[in-house]
Amino acid sequence: MKSLIKQLVETPGPSGFEHEIRDVIRDAIGDAADEIRVDALGSLIARKGTKTEAGLRVMISAHIDEIGLMVTHVDDNGFLRFTNIGGINPLTCYGGRVLFMDGTRGVIGMDSIESGKTPKLRDLFIDVGATSKEDCPVNVGDVCGFERPFLDLGKRMVAKSMDDRIAAAIAVEVLKQLENTPHEVHFVFSTQEEVGLRGATTAAYGVDPDLGFAIDVTRSGDTPRFSPKMATALGDGPAIKVRDSSFIADPRLVDWMIKAAEKSNIPYQLEVLEAGGTDGRAIQLTRAGAPAGCVSIACRYIHSPSEMVDSDDVENAVKLLVKLLSEPIVLD
Amino acid sequence: MTERMEVTGKTPLEIGEKQIALLEKLCNATAVSGDEYEVRQIVLEEIKPFADEIEVDALGNVLAKKFGSGENRVRVMLASHMDEIGFMIVKKHDDNLFQFERVGGIDERQLPGKAVLVGRDHLPGVIGAKPIHMTTADERKNKIPVDALRIDLGPEIGEKVKPGDRATFATRFKVFGPSIQAKALDDRFGVAMLIELLKHTPANIDLLAAFTVQEEVGLRGARVAAYRLDPDMAIAVDSTPAYDLPHWDDEDENVQYNTRLDAGPAIYIMDRATIPDRRLVRLLTQTAEEEEIPYQYRQPGGGGTDAGVIHKTRAGIPSVSVSVPSRYAHSAIGLARIDDWANTLRLLHAALGRVTPDLLSGERRG
Repeated sequence: MKSLIKQLVETPGPSGFEHEIRDVIRDAIGDAADEIRVDALGSLIARKGTKTEAGLRVMISAHIDEIGLMVTHVDDNGFLRFTNIGGINPLTCYGGRVLFMDGTRGVIGMDSIESGKTPKLRDLFIDVGATSKEDCPVNVGDVCGFERPFLDLGKRMVAKSMDDRIAAAIAVEVLKQLENTPHEVHFVFSTQEEVGLRGATTAAYGVDPDLGFAIDVTRSGDTPRFSPKMATALGDGPAIKVRDSSFIADPRLVDWMIKAAEKSNIPYQLEVLEAGGTDGRAIQLTRAGAPAGCVSIACRYIHSPSEMVDSDDVENAVKLLVKLLSEPIVLD
Repeated sequence: MTERMEVTGKTPLEIGEKQIALLEKLCNATAVSGDEYEVRQIVLEEIKPFADEIEVDALGNVLAKKFGSGENRVRVMLASHMDEIGFMIVKKHDDNLFQFERVGGIDERQLPGKAVLVGRDHLPGVIGAKPIHMTTADERKNKIPVDALRIDLGPEIGEKVKPGDRATFATRFKVFGPSIQAKALDDRFGVAMLIELLKHTPANIDLLAAFTVQEEVGLRGARVAAYRLDPDMAIAVDSTPAYDLPHWDDEDENVQYNTRLDAGPAIYIMDRATIPDRRLVRLLTQTAEEEEIPYQYRQPGGGGTDAGVIHKTRAGIPSVSVSVPSRYAHSAIGLARIDDWANTLRLLHAALGRVTPDLLSGERRG
């Protein structure tokens, strides 16, 4: 699984430009799905199983986009100004390296760092080594992501886009391990989550699920001097979301997940995220509504080029999800 | 009267006296979000002889269809919003002074001392301000909050005004040389172009024209319009700010201009609400290059158009936006070029003529 994770996190795919990552997912799924389709916004939807009398149509959403940058202006000296795609913190930009979709590389600079002053995105620029506008290989509208290799620290893994490629890897693994399911499970590898859950919105309409949940990362409260109140910690198991700022998980789904974890002795933790949203909202609000929840992986340094997760959490999430999807779902 | 603008290229579309007269009528009409009646009446009257089907939906959108004649026609939605930013009367005070609120995005610093027209009868009013004789130096440093401002209508006129009435800036449409000065160019440019395209629709497509309501307060009309029309693809046709002035703060190069006047239609590559399907961006840029129509990219960043809700409708609709650049948007008066408008219309007409099922047959890749 680690080699798939490495491949997924090292492939660029800012929101709206997920085609390369979609190709990686499609290869990784191989013939494990019964049907694969791609919708108008570019989400890949892999179906496993057919709805039986004891089963439901279930949507599982893992987003394949990541935060990135888009060029807004190439100046006379060949420096690039840019805007954010998704939630970019200027603090994590300076000195960073970026990779454009065509392979061009660059570094993020600024004129001077004033102590005590947080830079704004407009203070920053990308330098691709051009000497003038004429020899700059990049144009307005070109897109790049942060470039940072996968770092395997043993129990812990670090990469620039663990949010949410770790979930994509989990979803692929679950799809492959799922042998007998009474359900019709639609694994949605959704696009444009970071700019407003857009891919999951249209995918949910297309799938029209009876029930669904997202797989995403969540913040972890186990770092030094962590001020926001956050109960999650790396290594304490997959986090069952109770709520985030975009939706409140259906309490029946929360109970169903807790019971399954306890029955199978899979460690879990409960998540209350006060700032952040997931595809779960898009599932819950689609058409006439659907019971929705989310399984999260605790992650440190979210939206930085070095997002860290725990390998055991990932493995336990796969176990929990396979368990959940292998049996009839009773919500009460 | 203005000179007829020469429009070269392969399309029969041009901006002449008739088109300018229609734009004048549209810009001078009042259609503040939520009460688009006046513009809707003009639109209905104009398109009646040309559209195959016309519907006014529950929110007041005008949905007009023009069916092509070829095989495998792509159903293309074009959306332009009829509404404009403006004001709503909130409360009558003594002496026929009226408290009001803003509808849509208006900078309150721009309000004092402006003439306005109130209600369907376009009653003349003034947003008053304390004369400089009476102000202190300290007062002049601060902006006047909108709650402290009143629309002054005076006796007789004031008696006809009630809470809920809409008002707009009183600016009247004017053409001078190659330029237009008017209010509400955002988005009467789009409305005028959609009317023109219903009159000259390429036969290879089914044109689904949506004249939408309530865009300025959150893309509300387009949301239900897209659901009803359920198109194969969509183009929002709008107007966007040009801030192409020589300097930006202390930098020696303007790096945040959004768009520039005289540079042609502004094609969107990303705004706050939409990351357009690059297949449609390429359709527009390739068309422009082949037809030798000038074009520009709108700088990616903030803002949003009706495409923001259209592309998320149902199971997803590939969408893009094109705008006519205009200086001083959302103020009492905008300034734009007839040529940019004419080239936007030419680009849209030529691009629609190139739409085939192949355009969208593959997967979105960027």
